[in-house]
Amino acid sequence: MTSPLQQKLKVTGPVVVTANRLGDGAVVYRAADGTWTKDLAAAAVVTTTPAALELLGVATSEKVVVVDAYVAPVELTPQRQVLPGNLRERIRSSGPTVALPGQC
Amino acid sequence: MYIYDDFDRTLVQERVREFGDQVNRRLSGELTEEEFKPLRLMNGVYLQLHAYMLRIAIPYGTLSSDQLRMLAHVARRYDRNYGHFTTRQNIQFNWIKLKELPDAMADLARAGLHGMQTSGNCVRNVTTDQWAGVAPDEIEDPRIWAELLRQHLTLHPEFSFLPRKFKVALTAAAHDRAAVKIHDVGLRMHRNGAGETGFEVIVGGGLGRTPFIGKTIKPFLPKRDLLSYVEAIMRTYNQYGRRDNIYKARMKILVHELGAEKFAGEVEEEWQAIKEGPLALDAAVVADIAARFRYPRYELLADNPPELARAREDNRFRLWLDNAAINHKVAGYAIVTLSLKPEGGPPGDATAAQMDAIAELADRYSHSEIRVGHEQNLALPHVAQRDLPALWRALDAIGVATPNVNLISDIIACPGLDYCSLANARSIPVAEEITRRFRDLDLARNVGPLHINISGCINACGHHHIGHIGILGVEKNGEEYYQVTLGGRADETAELGTILGPAVPYAEIADVVEGIAAAYLELRARPGELFIDTVKRVGVDPFRERVYAAR
Amino acid sequence: MPLVKAGRIVEDRFVRVLDEASIPDGVAVILPAARLLADARDLVLRQAATGVVWPNDRKVAELAPYLDWIALVALVFPNFRDGRGYSQARILRERYHFRGELRATGQILRDQCLFLQRAGFDAFELTKDADAAAFVAAVHRYSVFYQPAADGRASTLTARLARVSQH
Repeated sequence: MTSPLQQKLKVTGPVVVTANRLGDGAVVYRAADGTWTKDLAAAAVVTTTPAALELLGVATSEKVVVVDAYVAPVELTPQRQVLPGNLRERIRSSGPTVALPGQC
Repeated sequence: MYIYDDFDRTLVQERVREFGDQVNRRLSGELTEEEFKPLRLMNGVYLQLHAYMLRIAIPYGTLSSDQLRMLAHVARRYDRNYGHFTTRQNIQFNWIKLKELPDAMADLARAGLHGMQTSGNCVRNVTTDQWAGVAPDEIEDPRIWAELLRQHLTLHPEFSFLPRKFKVALTAAAHDRAAVKIHDVGLRMHRNGAGETGFEVIVGGGLGRTPFIGKTIKPFLPKRDLLSYVEAIMRTYNQYGRRDNIYKARMKILVHELGAEKFAGEVEEEWQAIKEGPLALDAAVVADIAARFRYPRYELLADNPPELARAREDNRFRLWLDNAAINHKVAGYAIVTLSLKPEGGPPGDATAAQMDAIAELADRYSHSEIRVGHEQNLALPHVAQRDLPALWRALDAIGVATPNVNLISDIIACPGLDYCSLANARSIPVAEEITRRFRDLDLARNVGPLHINISGCINACGHHHIGHIGILGVEKNGEEYYQVTLGGRADETAELGTILGPAVPYAEIADVVEGIAAAYLELRARPGELFIDTVKRVGVDPFRERVYAAR
Repeated sequence: MPLVKAGRIVEDRFVRVLDEASIPDGVAVILPAARLLADARDLVLRQAATGVVWPNDRKVAELAPYLDWIALVALVFPNFRDGRGYSQARILRERYHFRGELRATGQILRDQCLFLQRAGFDAFELTKDADAAAFVAAVHRYSVFYQPAADGRASTLTARLARVSQH
């Protein structure tokens, strides 16, 4: 998957803003209340390019909290559940698709 | 292996303190990410998909048992109980926290381990053949020269901000197990007519987006000139390598664009100006470094002792022995490869428990020394043949005695999209599935020596271009696809693989590999003809026809 | 852009002169490269100091004829990841034995200062005030240097030789 950090922004579906937490590198999502959450279900979902840019702009100004914020696609189920929108985001959200050594 | 003196130890500690200060300045916001990123990369710290990754150098692939125990400690204390051995003889930890890094690095420094220059636009880990110093076909131990180069190029004030990364490899054996021809600078040791050993200097090799095999620009460089000549190469690259386009910034592009002859001319001109300066290697300096290389006191033993002959009656032991152990340059000893490629498991990983157990076995059976190979297996380099049966039972108990070394299930793979933010596709599950398809070791042995290399993107960290079967993950419309090449080689006859056919989807790639193996069994002239030789003899077309017939 | 020399933040006695501007008498000036090359014959007669800013993609060998009288060479790091200036500096000091002020300009952080000093720079236009204040600490971070460079600090090569010859 081409790194999203290099893509031009064009929002065509539901998206969230995601990043890595500075201190520990954990995957986090921008929540509606302006905090960062590890829980995708609590992420703010927007559907237009201006809204995404605004969310991203605020996020990237907080330099000591997160790193490499970008806009990522999500999938909304009929039950309004928020799921990762592609394989890369699925992996970021739930971890490697393979068992870690010693866990087989 | 090399024993640090006060200078070496002090330098690592000073580096750890400096990095601790840089981390604090980042956490406080005084350094922006843009300013911090090159600095953390120079200490081997990446930000991947889920977490930070720390890459630790294992200089020329040699580890002491104490060092391996320290790596196990780091895995347990700061990570998730395992580490990954890479294609450049380093180890990676995938779940490190930035705020804990200074402590982790202080721990590592106590064992003489560090992440200096394992990333960034500087000189990376200098690699050699993992059997250096013990292989029967070597003319001398290249690690002394690797260590001289490592020191010279560590925190070098002129070459810490190169156009791009820089990789150096050495070999001193007729059979090049260090892949020197795909490095920015490859050094092959030769003996000249007068019986002196010196270096053939090969430049401009590299894989990635635009792969090149290196060109020889100096057939025989005397040892005294090693540092000054490498300095001249680096100064030429630092000044003329492209800075405008990161995809054209490696030295291989400069060598290609100038032409090897013109490049050699530039280097020669620079070298003539500095060769008699302070970098001319004094024999006393070399002797000082060499003196800190400790070699075991080998016993006077005979090959094939009775314990071994008796144990060979056990079929399982015999199959492992024939696969994983080779004769040492010293009679009565063996070099043992530990397979980190278990069936259905991620290639090149070891748990903290395995690391501790291997360290213990190294103490008991291998003079406390372990080697890390770029094919992502480990080795115990000094095993007395009479100890092989006991060693095997112990290795088998910890899961590192799969007798698949060099076989189709001994796969070299990058971490891929499961970990790496640069990746287009996953590589580990592809490798795991292939190992399941070839779990029958009779089948694997029948197919014989065959190197599969898998890269999850064009950066080619899995070295797919030089795999006998190379697999490159690509993205098509958001789906994972895999491009297959055949006939790549990494050794002294290095060449790049040829594309087999259109990329295939994730669900089919293991089928394609089975198809290639089946085609080989059909096409080979006789059972002894190696896969790579069959490909050379018949070309890629017959494989393509068979594999793509049903597609 | 604080200027650090001899470990202290100092006033810059040099004035930068842009391409077409007239060169003031009695004032130390830093000129663009083209200006120096074009007017060298006249400039050499100046009483006040003359310096030049040299781009990082031109060979410093072109400066050789002027090095015995120009007072300052400023080298450029357009961003701190562009390391060409380090090679230029070493060649100026070690090959041409330039003795004047060698100044690092551009994007310079404290983390480069020791490398710059080792390459032969003795003046540093730092990007951040905090880094200027931290200069002395930054260049004392290390006591071990594996390789000889332009700064005259002893390297492990010589230190080990000395140790060996003592036994």
